Amino acid sequence: MLKLYDTELSSRLLLGTARYPSPAVLSEAVKCSGAGIVTVSLRRETSGGKTGGAFFELIRELGVRILPNTAGCHSASEAVLTAKMAREVFGTNWIKLEVIGHHDSLQPDVFELVEAARILTDEGFDVFPYTTDDLIVGEKLLAAGCRVLMPWCAPIGSAAGPRNPSALTAMRAAFPDIPLIVDAGLGRPSHAATVMELGYDAVLLNTAVAMAGDPPAMAEAFAKATDAGRLAYLAGMLEPRDMAVPSTPVIGKAVFS
Amino acid sequence: MNLIVNGETQVLDTATLADLLQVLEYEGDWLATAVNGDLVHREDRADTHLADGDKIEILSPMQGG
Repeated sequence: MLKLYDTELSSRLLLGTARYPSPAVLSEAVKCSGAGIVTVSLRRETSGGKTGGAFFELIRELGVRILPNTAGCHSASEAVLTAKMAREVFGTNWIKLEVIGHHDSLQPDVFELVEAARILTDEGFDVFPYTTDDLIVGEKLLAAGCRVLMPWCAPIGSAAGPRNPSALTAMRAAFPDIPLIVDAGLGRPSHAATVMELGYDAVLLNTAVAMAGDPPAMAEAFAKATDAGRLAYLAGMLEPRDMAVPSTPVIGKAVFS
Repeated sequence: MNLIVNGETQVLDTATLADLLQVLEYEGDWLATAVNGDLVHREDRADTHLADGDKIEILSPMQGG
């Protein structure tokens, strides 16, 4: 069973809550995904506004764990304050730490990320860092106190799928005992299956489900692909070969000429 | 005095953060507040005095990935 910061989870899919066509579709998608964790965010509330309260109530009714993010932060100090405000609202030490370094690619600023991770860990947070597939950054994040790593496989919202499977494989090998979650860039269920086959512990996705033609159905498809990939990884897969290997035994084959 | 609330300068005569929330009709237990870059816990808002030029952030839950 997947274990993240001492919490056991039966599902290996984490789902974002943004960009759905309606709150009702969001709720249905979360249910169909079987996700035990959903990500949420914080934004400025308007005077007299109640939109945040309505959304929070909807999420609470889903009965899943909440993983607030620090999306949109560009420095360690911004991310740390946002994390503290998220803890105030959501009442959880969990934080998906995002510190964006580049506007177009939304690539994390890994230097600020490590610094923020260190500060937040010291403040009692359980940090889920959105990072790159860089091994040294992974080591620094673990040294900063993270007990989960969440590398991207492609830019956020790109639906491009794993662009560098070799790097993901190297990361799996480098951190065999650390839960690794592919966060960002997954577009299709087959992408989720691919990274799970590489031995990743879970996937976190949002846009691929939210912007699909039928988000609840796509959520279910991703859940099945994630489970299939995990099962295949545990079952032990064949390595590809260049030449054919007959599957039907040749011993005892009739000789007609 | 001038207070910058969620990025907008407003002329307000509110002594504390709790007063400000009340005057601007912010309600609910789902809000998080910060003054000049520091978190102000819910229970400390009534004791947090505001001064001219203070920057106040009032955040609430929203969808996120």
